[in-house]
Parts: sequence; structure tokens; C-alpha cells
Amino acid sequence: MSILEQPSLTRDPSLDASVDIEPTETVAVMAEYETVQDVVDAADTVRRAGYTRFDVHSPFPIHGVDGVVGIRMTKLPWIVLCCGLTGLATAAFITHYANGFEIPFLGQFGGYKYLISGKPYLSTAAFIPVMFELTILFSAFGAVFGMLLLNGLPMHYNPLLRSHRFKRVTDDRFFIVIETGDAKYDEVQTTQLLRSTKPVALERVED
Amino acid sequence: MATIQSGPLIGGLEVDNTYDDPRERAPLVLNGRSFGDVTNIVMNAHERPWSKTWTIMFAISLALLSVLTATLGFLFSTGVGVWGNNQPVGWAFDIINFVFWVGIGHAGTLISAILFLLRQNWRTSINRFSEAMTIFAVICAAMYPGIHVGRPWLAYWLLPIPNQMGMWPQFRSPLMWDVFAVSTYFTVSLMFWYVGMVPDIATMRDRAKTKLGYYVYGFLSLGWTGSSRHWHRYERMYLLLCALSTPLVLSVHSVVSFDFATSQLPGWHTTIFPPYFVAGAIFGGFAMVLTLAIPARKWLGLQDLITMRHIDNCAKVMLATGMIVGYAYATEFFIAWYSNYGYEQFVFMNRPIGPYWPYFWAMVFCNVISPQILWFKWARNNLWIVFIVANFVNAGMWLERFVIIVTSLHRDFTVGAWGMYVPTWIDIAMFAGSFGLFFTGFLAFLRFLPILAMAEVKTVMPQAHAHPPHHHGESDDHHAARERDFAATDYRPDEAGGNGNNAPKPATDNPGDKPWRGGNW
Repeated sequence: MSILEQPSLTRDPSLDASVDIEPTETVAVMAEYETVQDVVDAADTVRRAGYTRFDVHSPFPIHGVDGVVGIRMTKLPWIVLCCGLTGLATAAFITHYANGFEIPFLGQFGGYKYLISGKPYLSTAAFIPVMFELTILFSAFGAVFGMLLLNGLPMHYNPLLRSHRFKRVTDDRFFIVIETGDAKYDEVQTTQLLRSTKPVALERVED
Repeated sequence: MATIQSGPLIGGLEVDNTYDDPRERAPLVLNGRSFGDVTNIVMNAHERPWSKTWTIMFAISLALLSVLTATLGFLFSTGVGVWGNNQPVGWAFDIINFVFWVGIGHAGTLISAILFLLRQNWRTSINRFSEAMTIFAVICAAMYPGIHVGRPWLAYWLLPIPNQMGMWPQFRSPLMWDVFAVSTYFTVSLMFWYVGMVPDIATMRDRAKTKLGYYVYGFLSLGWTGSSRHWHRYERMYLLLCALSTPLVLSVHSVVSFDFATSQLPGWHTTIFPPYFVAGAIFGGFAMVLTLAIPARKWLGLQDLITMRHIDNCAKVMLATGMIVGYAYATEFFIAWYSNYGYEQFVFMNRPIGPYWPYFWAMVFCNVISPQILWFKWARNNLWIVFIVANFVNAGMWLERFVIIVTSLHRDFTVGAWGMYVPTWIDIAMFAGSFGLFFTGFLAFLRFLPILAMAEVKTVMPQAHAHPPHHHGESDDHHAARERDFAATDYRPDEAGGNGNNAPKPATDNPGDKPWRGGNW
């Protein structure tokens, strides 16, 4: 595909064709790029122009883009640490409680002391495998669900997904999306700025 | 990417990228593919009409699965007496097959987690594959503890809840550790597999041709848009999951080996079991990866992505772990002799010259002798040889568990209690049926889910890397800091699989810098 010198801001043609979807307002503008280098340079330009509510969308993680977009380190590791410690505490409690105590008034939930080969009831060393496994299990839950929570996923409705052009974001194209909610946003100036970064296309994102 | 020359999409030439030239990294994606080509090659496996091979294999798998269902029904309605195990061999096919399958399930997480932490970029083409293999192998394995007492409706006794007599599970028992290890392993592997697939399922959503496909893949892809903020947390999560799975994968087979090692039976009661079992699991797991990958790359036209170098590397891992397993066999014999304990010595002599000698020697041939051919490069580069050796190893690892379990049990301390174990046809049919369960799942995966981690493969291509934006008038310090940030992402252009000829070369800002520092661009 040849790179257009001055792509104009367009709408997704399917929005015109469909009658049941009524676009109400422009929520963002997106610019499409062909290469990683183009999108990284463009993101840098956008960032330097003072925009904050913009994002780069790519088919794979671009290494080094975090600094260009201005993404701070996620707090996910701390969530995972907390979950891991919870798992450890849970397993330590269950094992010691279930095999180390018999609390009569709790009935069948009061624990059960197995006397096996005269070994101590509270044998912490023998409980280590269970404590280890639950630490890992809870940490993994923390990592996966923490990531989804912080990312606001699952989010099945997203105005970006209505664009046909945007479908290539999971294939081989790179996008910059600037939200209209950004303090610096101005349709003429923002379009002008994106145009200067040599995108292959510019498009409104309508909701 | 005007410089990229693409070959035909499917069935590209076999390119030998197994050379070891230290001046240049071997490419991991061949024939100058673009990002779009990678998507097209992988998606072609899903979008093309159902092939006859797939349909026939799926039908066979379903037939075997129905054998499993029928034998399970017979088992539950009749009792475990339909199996061949009896005194003195009270543990037989149920635990042999459990250990066999759970061992196969280890390569997936090994490839996904440990090779990720070790920055082995070649894992990206085979990790999805082997993770799926892990899931279905662990499902097969997890079936056996559920059925081995013939009362699956009491399987909840495994959970940490008191039964009607107020008895809680006994947490000092390795069998209880096993429950936690295997269920944690399955859960973590499943999450790992699924979140790894989310960006690729989003690709399937965006290419869906039917409404049903759009909704199903759209639902499963969780609304993924490839946002850089999402990717940032996603990558951090992936790293954390790898760091968590690495000790997990080593612990699982260690715990499985504790089932034996903590008993006092000669032949089982040994401290070498945990590392020996882990090495054996990786050995058997890689054999299964090769067994599945060699035909699949051919049928699905993935030769440019699962290259000869991938096969070569897997074969080397198999050789190395096979040597560890062989060494462990030798150590067991040495320790039996060195212990000067008659029962231990008898058990070990009973293996090569007792009534089960064919199993022992077949195991030695399959696991120790046959992989030795992989020392030779011509053998590793011959797909037939690698495939046959991998299948010898699959058989050998099953035989190993048979030898460990049956020969240790069948002649114990009192001669009057000796006996022989012969599996019944139900045992054998159920084992064959478990392959039906495995392959039904795996073939469905090949058809309906992204078989290759497309997003990950794209990151190891030379085009995936940009040099940092450079601005005139920027202070030198600022510029240096920016370069450092980029260098800190652990990417070196040559490492990423540039095949030298047609990869775009990153611009060089400071030609004087050492290339391996990563700061020259």
C-alpha cells in the first residue's frame, strides 16, 4: 500500500451503510501506521505535543513503547504478592487446623487428629507441599485476574471494535488513538498533528 | 516492508537454520515473512476447509474416546475387580497411566515458563502447542485418581472438607499433596494457556467469517484491542506466571514421586526420585511435543514458523534429559549395591533378570540407547529419525513407570506373598481410550483455537523493533537515558532472529558502541 501524503479524516464506511447503528458523537480519532518505527515516532510526537489521553494499539507488545507513551510500572506484582501470602496463610491454617486440633463443639468441622506411626499432629514440615501449592495457586489467580481487573477486561463493547480498519490491529497494523476527552484535543489541530506523523489513514471513532 | 520477499504462503521450502554461527543469530521465522504472513499462515490452518486427514484422525480419536467411556461405565457398574491389580500388585495401570500422562504434561509448562525466563526465543512457535498438550495430558492424568477406587461419586473426599464422620483429609500423606499439586498445576496451566491465547483469539475474532465465530471468539477474546497499556500489564502478568510456574512444574513431579519415595518399599524408597522423575517428565514431554509437532507442521504448513531449528533444539533437550534419566537408572543400581541391603539388591536384580526382564530391557533400549543417535546432527535433521526416537521415548517412559511400580511390588519381603501382575483387557482398553480423550481434545484445539502464539512469534521477527525516537536539540543526558530505557527491554537486534539478508537493519546512532551492549541504535 502506498503511503498517502495527506490522508483526510474519514468515517468508517460501514457506519454510513448501517441504519440500526446511530453514531452519536466522535469519541476519538485514530491514525493507522504500517511499521513499528512509524508508530513509535508518531507516539513520541503526540506525547511531546502534550496529549495524555492517547494510546498505541498494536498486534504484539512493542518493546520500548511504554516510555514513549508514558506508561508507569504496573502495581500488579504487589497484588500477586498479597495473593501469594493469602494462599500461604490459607494453606497453613487449613492443614494445621484440620490435622492438629479437635474442637469438640464445632462437631465434624472441628478438625481430626490422625495418630499415624506416633508422628506429631502439628507436623509443619509435612504440610509444606500443600502450603507451597496454594501459594502458587493464589498468586497465579492474582496475576491473571489482577491483570484483567487493571486492564478493565473483559470489555466486550468498545467503539474501536466497530471500525473495519481497526480489525488489522490484531494482524499487522499499528494505531494511535487520541481521545476527544483529552484537554489538548481540537479537531483541526489534532488532525494536523497526526497528519504530520505520516499515517496511512486517519479515521474518526464514533460511539 | 518493501524489502521483504515472500515465498508461497504454504509449504515453504525447508530451510536449514540449524547452523551455529556465533556472528549471527539463526532466524526463527524463515523465508522473509511479514507480520501479515504470520497471521495468514496460522489462520489458514483454521480457515481452510476441513481436511480429510483431520476428519479421519478425529473419527479415530472419538472411537477411542467411546471405548474409554464404555470401559469406565463397566468399571463403575462392576467394580475395580475388572482390572488386573490384586495382591501383591495393588497399584498398577491406574497409577502407571497417571504418572505417564502427568509426565507428558510437564513439557508444556517447561517450554512456556522456563524457556521464557531463560530468554529462549525459539519457544514462541511451539509453546501454544505444548501448553494445549499439557492441558489434555493432565486431564487424562487427573481422571485416574478419580476412578482408581471405582467410586467416583466419592471423589469429593479428596477435597479439604470433613466427611460425615468428621474426618478431614490427612495432610501428612503424599497422596494428599498430590491432589493439591496436580489440581494447582492443572488450574495454573489452564489459565496460562488461556490468557496466552487471548490476543490470538482476538485475531480470530477480527477475521471471523461467520456470526457464530464472531460472537464466540469475541466473547473469548474479552474485548482485546492491543492497547499498549494492556500489553504492559499483560507482559508483566506473563512474566509473573512464568516465574510462578517454574517452581510449580518442578514441584509437581517431585510430589508425584513422593507417592513412592515416602513409602518404605525397596525400589521406591529412595531420595533420587524427585529429580529423576522431573527429568523423566521433561524427557517424555518433549518426546510427545515432537510426536505432535512433526506431523502437524507438515499438515498445517507451518514449516516457516516451526523450523528445523526448533526440532533440533527439542531433540537436544530430549537427548540431555534422556542422559539424566540413564544416569539415574545407573545410580539406582549403584545405591542398591552400595546399601548392602539384601531386599533392595534383590529388587534391582529382579528388574533385569526377573520375570519382567523384557519390560526392563525394552525400557533401557527406548530411553537410554535410542536417544544416543541424537548426538549426530544428521540424525537430528532427519524428521523420520527424530519422530521414531520420540516414539521410542514415549513407549520407554511408559515402560519405566511399569517397571518401577510392578517390579517393586510383585516380589516383596516374603516369598510366599509373591505374585505376578497381568493387565486385563479392560486395563488395556482403558489406556487406549485415554489416548482417545487426549487426541480428541488436541485435534479440536488444532481446529478451533489459535495453534501458534501469533503475537509472540511477531515479537521475535526483525521488523518488530524500532529504535528510539531521536530529537534534535535534546540534551545528551536525556538521549542517553532514553537509549538505556530501550536497551533495558532486553532486545538486541541480532538476537531477534534477523536472517541477515532481508531484515531491515536498525539505524546506528553511535557506531563506536559495542553491538552486544544493545546501545548502538
